[in-house]
Amino acid sequence: MPPPPKRRRWTWRSQAFRGVVYQLVALAVLVAAGALLLSNTLENMRARGIKSGFDFITEPAGFAIGESLIPFDSAESYGKAYAVGLANTLRVALVGIVAATLLGTLVGISRLSRNALVKRLAGAYVEVTRNVPLLLQLFMWYFALTEFLPPIEEALRPLPGFFFSKNGLQFPLPWWSAEQGWFLDMPEKTEISVVGGGAVTPEYLTVLLGLTVYTAGYIAEVVRAGIQAVPIGQHEAAASLGLSRWHTLRLVQMPQALRVIIPPLTSQYLNLTKNSSLAVAVGYPDVLSIAATSLNQTGRAIECITIVMACYLTLSLLTSAFMGIYNRRARLKER
Amino acid sequence: MKPTLTRLASGALLAAGLLAAAPAMAGKTLDAIKQRGQLICGVNPSLPGFAAADSQGNWAGLDVDVCKAIAASILGDATKIKWVPLNASQRFAVLQAGEIDILSRNTTWTLTRDASLGLNFTGVTYYDGQGFMVPKKMKVSSAKQLKGATVCVQSGTTTEKNLSDYSKAAGLNMKPVVFDTQEATNKAYFAGRCQAYTTDASGLASVRNKEAGNPDDHVILPDLISKEPLGPSVRRGDDEFFAIAKWVVFALIEAEEYGITQANVDQLAKDSKDPVVQRILGTSEDTGKLLGLDKDWAARAIKAVGNYGEVFERNVGPKSSLKLPRGANNLWNKGGLMYAPPVR
Repeated sequence: MPPPPKRRRWTWRSQAFRGVVYQLVALAVLVAAGALLLSNTLENMRARGIKSGFDFITEPAGFAIGESLIPFDSAESYGKAYAVGLANTLRVALVGIVAATLLGTLVGISRLSRNALVKRLAGAYVEVTRNVPLLLQLFMWYFALTEFLPPIEEALRPLPGFFFSKNGLQFPLPWWSAEQGWFLDMPEKTEISVVGGGAVTPEYLTVLLGLTVYTAGYIAEVVRAGIQAVPIGQHEAAASLGLSRWHTLRLVQMPQALRVIIPPLTSQYLNLTKNSSLAVAVGYPDVLSIAATSLNQTGRAIECITIVMACYLTLSLLTSAFMGIYNRRARLKER
Repeated sequence: MKPTLTRLASGALLAAGLLAAAPAMAGKTLDAIKQRGQLICGVNPSLPGFAAADSQGNWAGLDVDVCKAIAASILGDATKIKWVPLNASQRFAVLQAGEIDILSRNTTWTLTRDASLGLNFTGVTYYDGQGFMVPKKMKVSSAKQLKGATVCVQSGTTTEKNLSDYSKAAGLNMKPVVFDTQEATNKAYFAGRCQAYTTDASGLASVRNKEAGNPDDHVILPDLISKEPLGPSVRRGDDEFFAIAKWVVFALIEAEEYGITQANVDQLAKDSKDPVVQRILGTSEDTGKLLGLDKDWAARAIKAVGNYGEVFERNVGPKSSLKLPRGANNLWNKGGLMYAPPVR
């Protein structure tokens, strides 16, 4: 019979005991430093007559928001304004993630194409988009959209019901109402604008295009690296079984490549979401833009920045968690 | 015996504390300015007429002259200024953090700002109101016709709120497009993104003059939708510097009232018999020592930039490219609102 394990002794001679003590000391130092910073800041602000607190959240915002998914009136609260901003951020980030994934995958696969022209073009795309700062790309898209498009009176009409102008893109939108059931809401031209239908502003288009094109460059490299990480033998085996190139890619290479692709892809999704905060430069009312306005109306700098940080942190953690689940499903299963 | 002693001791300690603390607290900003030999002034990066730098880096404008006058009063030299160009959304934080001594950047005086941002407005240097600019070809003659219009506006200003209030009250449903810098706002408007541009009327005149390809293609509508008293502000908690910033501007206004100009200030200092003029110029009683300044503080300010009327004319009035009417910014005895408490 083996001897019973010795009971741990909680003395300084026990490594485990010392470990716990060190951890507690480290935690205490951290908390004390945090408390000191916080109390010092609050004291300084009080001394300088700067008001603080989150009470402004329920006060009427008093400013209007140019575009929103959720209807917003200036008499509603700052809290609601933040919600509108967050919805705008989500609207651009989610559509951007889907579009960037599609475009990036296409470009990534094209980089491995046997067609020299396609291969070079995809290579050039990756180099250009990854090496020009995103802010500059956003400015370029914005000025392309606002300088070169016609004014709304002479809107381009690429398809019936579509209006494309300096005011953005108006398009027919399927809609449901109690009286009519499903119907197609067609935009109509009035004297100084176009009303009805769905509409996106040039600001939204700019941010969406900018984020998609920029992030797709990175995703393309992730996809290319993922495919190349699959041993060449897999490709040769598929070929000798008589699978077409498309089937080889879809059934043999991609499922194995996904295991390599998903983790860096997740960080690209996080980057895209965080980069959407550059929207403020081109006038898109995302959550940061709303925070900037609130900050200036209320003067609560620390509070407004804290809220925005919490918003982006939550979005990032949610994206990570979701991609984590997907990653576990795509993982190699050993039975 | 013992309690008395304790009380005495604590009383002495308190007094010592007050004595030691009071001078250090009150004159902190003034001492710092004198020590570094420079006034640090926050201004608009580019609003010709109020603040703008030329190709040699020389700043000019009405807001700029306020700082020059204060530097001249304190240091005797209007060139000893470090200029810090600031966006609307940065300005208060930079003042709060103590990176500038004074913010002179076409800033509207409102209750919220005055009471909750840790700063004090020192007075009004320009009475303004918010207006709209539209392209002439829109054939709009009143803001009431801007129903459903997209309006370009800069973030971090009182403008956003006024726009929404006005749009709501008049049932216009205007759509703001908010940019974080003035350059971006200008570019978007002149690219035709918005049907109208809104900011203070003086700002509109400045933007139209400087940025428009042809200024005549744009009209500033007559409607003013708000009161925008613009003025400098200083950090709270330093009453001595607050008083200096207030009184230098008052002195410029009073100088106009009593006919003291940049050209005649030296002459008047020598031979004026008017006791009011003598007092302003510091040739009779010494008002400077009450502010912690030299005797001729006001004379130096006037010598540096001229009286308020001259500052106005040179930068935004008839002699400038903006050609703004004097209007509400005339002296109180000439039908305007400019009224300075007496320098005495």
